[in-house]
Formats: sequence, structure tokens, C-alpha cells
Amino acid sequence: MIGQSFKMAWASVISNKMRSFLTMLGIIIGVIALVVLVSIANGATSSVTDAISSIGTNLLSVTITDDKENPLRLSEMDEVLDLDHIAMAAPTAQTSLTASKGENSESAQITGTTADYLSIEGLNLASGRWIRSSDVENNTNVVVINGDLAADVLGVRNTEQAIGQTISLNGNHYTVIGVLADDETISMSFSSYEAYVPYTSLIRIASSVSSGITSFVCASASDDEIDAAESTLKAWLLKRFDNDDDAFEITNMSTIADTLDSVVNTMTIMLGGIAAISLLVGGIGIMNIMLVSVTERTKEIGIRKAIGAGEGSIMLQFLIEALVLSLLGCLLGVAGSWLILRLIYLISDFNFPMDPGVVVVATAFSLIIGLLFGLYPARKAARKEPIDALHYAG
Amino acid sequence: MIIFRDVSKIYHIGDTEVRALDHANMHIRKGEFVSIIGPSGSGKSTLMNIVGCLDQASEGTYLLDGQAIEDYSNRELAKIRNRKIGFIFQDFNLLPKLTAYENVELPLIYQRMGKKGRQERVEEALNRVGLWDRRKHRPTELSGGQQQRVAIARALATHPSLFLADEPTGNLDQKTGRELMDIFHELHESGNTIVLITHDAHIAAEASRSIKILDGHVTDVNDASEITEVV
Repeated sequence: MIGQSFKMAWASVISNKMRSFLTMLGIIIGVIALVVLVSIANGATSSVTDAISSIGTNLLSVTITDDKENPLRLSEMDEVLDLDHIAMAAPTAQTSLTASKGENSESAQITGTTADYLSIEGLNLASGRWIRSSDVENNTNVVVINGDLAADVLGVRNTEQAIGQTISLNGNHYTVIGVLADDETISMSFSSYEAYVPYTSLIRIASSVSSGITSFVCASASDDEIDAAESTLKAWLLKRFDNDDDAFEITNMSTIADTLDSVVNTMTIMLGGIAAISLLVGGIGIMNIMLVSVTERTKEIGIRKAIGAGEGSIMLQFLIEALVLSLLGCLLGVAGSWLILRLIYLISDFNFPMDPGVVVVATAFSLIIGLLFGLYPARKAARKEPIDALHYAG
Repeated sequence: MIIFRDVSKIYHIGDTEVRALDHANMHIRKGEFVSIIGPSGSGKSTLMNIVGCLDQASEGTYLLDGQAIEDYSNRELAKIRNRKIGFIFQDFNLLPKLTAYENVELPLIYQRMGKKGRQERVEEALNRVGLWDRRKHRPTELSGGQQQRVAIARALATHPSLFLADEPTGNLDQKTGRELMDIFHELHESGNTIVLITHDAHIAAEASRSIKILDGHVTDVNDASEITEVV
């Protein structure tokens, strides 16, 4: 019986292609909105969370806003290192300088730091070595540059060739000791030219950087200890800065990651919700057309009833018709979504894979909508009195 | 076969009570070919609806095959229509989107008969009315007479106890009507019960017995001259 009802429903959908398509359009657009928006949101989330987790969720960064006339010394970094749960610490100072070699000159973001910085930030070297403690102690003029700087200022593609070359930072000669590997994730900094020098060395060449440390980063031994590390660090800083908790600010990377995660999740749910509303509107469109169809086919219903169709058979026929419309719409919508995501990939190179979870949700939603909005018209059809329906002059 | 005992059908139009059938008594035996004749508005359609189980009587008893048709649920009425009654309507009432074959097959589908059984029945029925070679045509591709023959095949396919024909020749020219009446005679000769509702005296006279209906009252017609009187 269900097979027969399906055949009848299919015949009716096929016999009026234009109307069926327009009816399905609401569902098609709803499904496309749902699948495409959620897939894009999920794709964006995973690229952002990848970027964060590559930095590490065991990272704490501290900014000192009020040094109480007693700035933090480089030697005090060792005290930070001695704190429980803290495995690494490195001061950071950032400034923008002109990096040049011969004719080539670019404005680059220079970070002055120490040996631990590489592991704390999770950076990778393509070749050469990182700044050592001895470089910091001796104010050595050595620099680690990124790939862009090597290519555009030194003019070398092969990072090995950059090692040992001299680059000028605001007129001071620095020897290149290492080149960073290109970051695969979206870069968090605005400048594409980056260089790292020993902290002590930066003090000498940049007027804006003094021996007083205004910011530093540290890492807990493991991701689990991050909160414990934050509290011991906070206690130490409070002691250091006269119990004034406005004097400094601690940023916990795992908190940022969590916040970002929840923001993106909220956005996904919101986008999904808006798309779901358009699906609902599509469902109302199906109900509307089904009601018209029931009235139009009053005579047909009468004939079917006269030759012995029970209420159940008529109901099943119209219900399945509504389901066929909504599920076919869903299928076309999923196909459309796939095309759109492919198109985005071809045009913008952003690859947002279609989320199988959201496809399942969209299908389930379409099924429920087809059932829900098909039920009333189907019941109306089934309840028609055979004589009234038979003599209907529609 | 069909027994009406004091069957009445009462409609309420506003405050007035209209008796479309008034204490109708009638008895049609198995294998009979009976015509029911009456002018329009006489209660013919009401009678046909009640006999055909499309509607239920307000009062009285209707026995079909010894089974009282009263207080049945819609589902049970549908089942009786499906298995016991073969309708033939004035305007054919075929489904326009289905082929002749599919139209004949439809009541069998509602009986939940298997595909093979359906195929045999449809072939038998369409052969009987001589339209097997037209089985793939849709009603619009068939002449009026052919459409009515498909409708007869549809009624035949379920092997009903009763053929209920409502003005079957009303929309056909005389020649086609004649051919159709021949089919009814054949059906009658092979033992089927036929009730034919008409207002055409010539058609009515072809039945072995006539019943007339006038203002809701049902009476037997004894000689042919009475038929012409009615209409």
C-alpha cells in the first residue's frame, strides 16, 4: 500500500512539475541556507581554533600597565620561572623598525625576547637556530626572520641561504641566525614581515623599548595546569605590585579559546536558527499548495472513495505526497549546497567541507516539516464525504 | 440481495424537513436486472447513494447480501463499496491521469490484492469490454463509449455482488448507448445483479423489472405503459 501511495504521489508531483518545483523552492532555499551557513561557520571555527591551538592553550600572557616606579627587570624572569606550574617564561617587547638590505627596505614588526619564546608560542624554524640565553646576556646583534622577510628583503627563496647574511634594522647590522617556517594557519599579526632579536639587543636600538619589562608570556608545564599557573602567577604579581590588581593584566589563552569557541557556537546556532525558520516557511508553502491541491482534486478523492478507498488510503496518499515534496526539496537543497560550497572553494580558495551532521539535521527537519504540514491537508482530504466530493463541480 | 424496509432519508434545510426517501420498501433478488426510474428531483440520487453505501439511511433497514448496512464506520462502508458494489456513473468518473489499465486496477489496489492477481483481473475485465488493446490509453484519448466501457471494466474487476449504474448512457449518443446496453445484457445473462437508474423510458424498459420513484415514494411498475407515465 505504501509503495502504491508513493507511486501515486510521485505521479502527481511529476504531472505538475512547475508547481511542484515552486512548492519545493521554499524547502530548497531553507536547506541551502542551513547547510551552507552552518558548514561555513564550522569551517571558520575550525580554522580559528586551529590557529589558537597551534599557539597553545597552555599560554599565559601578562601586560603590566602600572609599574609603580619599580619596573620588572629581566633578572626577575627567573623568579617567574621558579613559580609552581610555570615551565617557561619570556619577556616580549614589540616595535616597528625598517629592515633593509641594499636597495630593499620594508617596515617589519620586531619582537625582542628570550630563548623560551619559541616553544611558548609554538613557532617552528625552517632553518638555522633560535635566540639563545647567551645572545641575550651578551646583547648580540642576531636576528631570526620570517620567510617573507627573507624573500623580500634578502631576496632569497631558499631559507638556508639567508643564514649568516647581514640585515639592517634601523641602520644597525644584524646577523641572520634563523628563518621561521611559514605559518599554515591564518596569521594573527597584521604585518607580514616579522623578526625576533634578543630582548637586550632591542633595548639599544629602539627608543620605545626600555629595560623595564612591560609584557611577558609564560607557559604552564601542561594544558591542565594552566589555571593553577594563572593563580600562582597572579599571586606573585600582586605581591610584586603592591597588591594592586589594576597594575597588570593576565590573559589566559585557554580562556580566549573557550570564549571564542562559545561565541562561534552561538553564531552557528543563530545562523542555523535563522535558516531553520526559512525551512519552516518552506513547510508552510507546502501546506498551502497541498490545501489547494486537495480542493482541486476533490472530484478525484470522491471517485477514489466511491470505488473503495478508505480514509487511511487517501490520507496516506496525500501525506506521502507532502513528504515526497519536502524530501525531494531537501535533496535538491543538499545538492545545491554542495555546488555552492564547491563554487566558494573555486573562487576564494576557502575550503568549507559540507558538514554531514547538518545534512542529517536538514533531512530530519524536512521530514518532520513534510509530516507536520502535510498532516492537516491529508486529513482534510481523507475526511471528505464521498457524495459531496463526487458531485463537486470543480 | 437488496432489501429496503421503511427506509427514509431526511434532510434538514433550515427549519423545514425534507424527506428525499419516505418509507421506501423494495426487494431486489440476486441475478435480477432492475431499472429504477423517476424524474429528476424524485429521490433517485438519494436512493442510489444509499444502495451504493455512499450515504446512510436516516431511518429503516437496508440489507445488502443479508447484511444490515447501518451504523457502519466510514472505513467499513469504504470496504463494502470496494468489494460488493461496482459503480458506473453518468460522467464515467475515470481518473484522467491514469491509463485505462491503471483505472481498472485501482479498486484492486485498495483491496490490497497482489500484483499478479491484479493483472489477471484487469486483463479479464478489459477483455470482457473489448478494450484490452487500449489499456495504455488515458481517458482523454478514448471516446465517450470507450470511457464508459473502461468504467464498466473497473466495476467488473472486483467481481462485485451488485452493479450500480447511474444514467450510464446519459452522456452517450444513441448508437454507443445501445452498445453499452448490450454489455449490460451480457453481464445480466452471465448471472450478475444489475441496478440501473435512469429517466429514459426506453432504457428502463429493457430491464427485466422496473421500480419507479416519485417524491420519495418507491413502487413497483407492473406494465410498460406505466414507465412512460412516470417520465
